[in-house]
Amino acid sequence: MSDPRPVTTRGLTKRYGDLVAVDQVDLTVEQGDVFGYLGPNGAGKTTSLRMLLGLIRPTEGQARLFGRDPLEEGAKALQGVAGFVEGPRFYPYLSGRRNLRLLADFDEPPSRSRIEEVLELVELRDRARDRVGGYSHGMRQRLGIAAALLREPRLLLLDEPTTGLDPAGMRDMRDLVRRLAGEGITIVLSSHLLYEVEELCNRVAIVRSGRIIYEGALRDLLATAASGYRLRTLEPERARLLLLAQAGIDDVRADDGELRFSGDEQAVAALSVALGKAGIGLTALVPETQSLEELFLGMTGGESSDRDRARGSEVAV
Amino acid sequence: MTGTLRVYRWEVAKLLAQKRTYLGLGVATLVPIVFVVVLVLQTGGPNDVPLGRYIRETGLAVPFVVLFFMSIWGLPLITALVAGDIVASESHNGTLKTILTRSRERGEVFAGKALATATYTLAAVFVMGLTGLVAGSLAWGFHPLTSLSGTKVSASHGFGLLLLSLCVYALPLAGIAAFGVMLSTITRNSAASVVGALMWALLMQLLGVLPGTEAIRPYLLGTQFDAWHGFLRVPADWTPVIRALWVCALYIAAPLVAAYLVFLRRDVAGD
Repeated sequence: MSDPRPVTTRGLTKRYGDLVAVDQVDLTVEQGDVFGYLGPNGAGKTTSLRMLLGLIRPTEGQARLFGRDPLEEGAKALQGVAGFVEGPRFYPYLSGRRNLRLLADFDEPPSRSRIEEVLELVELRDRARDRVGGYSHGMRQRLGIAAALLREPRLLLLDEPTTGLDPAGMRDMRDLVRRLAGEGITIVLSSHLLYEVEELCNRVAIVRSGRIIYEGALRDLLATAASGYRLRTLEPERARLLLLAQAGIDDVRADDGELRFSGDEQAVAALSVALGKAGIGLTALVPETQSLEELFLGMTGGESSDRDRARGSEVAV
Repeated sequence: MTGTLRVYRWEVAKLLAQKRTYLGLGVATLVPIVFVVVLVLQTGGPNDVPLGRYIRETGLAVPFVVLFFMSIWGLPLITALVAGDIVASESHNGTLKTILTRSRERGEVFAGKALATATYTLAAVFVMGLTGLVAGSLAWGFHPLTSLSGTKVSASHGFGLLLLSLCVYALPLAGIAAFGVMLSTITRNSAASVVGALMWALLMQLLGVLPGTEAIRPYLLGTQFDAWHGFLRVPADWTPVIRALWVCALYIAAPLVAAYLVFLRRDVAGD
């Protein structure tokens, strides 16, 4: 069975005893996507990626990479796939180049001929002779990318690739991801950083306590976020009455000296004219869009999963 | 097969890049040298062990006597040091996930590791044996050897018997190594696996000296360390050698199969 879709998971679940780390996850990643897997720490992002790479066995459900299940086909299912989970790890007592040689020999076909090229790409050539034990976190991260690129992947799975990097390192890493995406590599990137996903990804899945709570295009998600307008005036009470009477304007609320309401663009344009005719001067009329961050916090219920659980138990009582 | 060989080559290369390996092989080199130096400086000797009385007659007797002493815990420890670490260290370093996300199957990775452990074990035995031979020959010369039957064996024939004996001696050691690999795979803890494998070896020795164990004694792992005695009789006695072959095969296969099955299915997650 051949499936052009880089990733499909159906009902993917991993339980550790009572703890449900990943809960019925259905994901589809299309060719060419830069797919953001977004969620707070501990939401099950790494566990999902581990199952994709065949490192751990799902309790239920299945994961397929280009239609092949790593559970059934073992390493063959990883053909054309590369990546790392929880930060790349290497043999500290071998040099960077020797680590890559080892991994190249573990590839099919062996990928030794590409070593210098990928070292150049991640700017590690000068340090390739040094033992990885002496590498900084950022260098290891870059070596991880180099190791993944050795395989000439069509799908790259990256788990929090910028975590622990300094600002310049983060910028370089993002530039690299963008460049690889530009070369047509499908990328799945887990992150707890919204702006990172916003900057790099065209599609996202938002995960909370192991469950997917949103999957789709980033654009659509942001479009749902356009929630209303804010209006400021020196005569809030008169304005409020006018708003209440105005056709197409709903949800009028007075809030801290401001008025908030919703309505489509036509209605809002008509409103501004009506306000002018009534001699009510405006100091501000602003569309309110929730940032991705507000959306995310709203969806994931703040940041702490402990708090979620506490809240859940209250409800249960 | 080529996949396993590629893994094996790198497993050996990794062993050669780690201090642990040199610690083990270093001890295997030093022990016979110290042994010979002490005997050169002292009178007296290990008269009650096989070939012990002839130790100053020829360097050929030295490795046999050293092997006898080292079978109790010396070589088991040297073996366990690497066998107990071979999988656990990769769990600990997180490198297992690195190599398992390439194109090699888990079975190939495991087979490569098991073969590398066997190679190290064999190397330790030969390093110790041949160092003993060289050190002994420097001290007392390379002369004919008195066999366990009391007859003289020419030096070159004796050398051949030594090589054969080293191979047979490595079998029970491989049994201990296999046990170490199993613990290493299951516990994911290097220190626990090293100690556990050594305990296993000591337990086998202990069972062999307890009263009332005569019936099972021929089938204990520790007993197989003496199988080489068969080669040093005239004519050669193959009975203990053949028994060592199949008994050790069982002691090697059982833990390896268990470890293999665990390794194929285990979750490789943050351990």
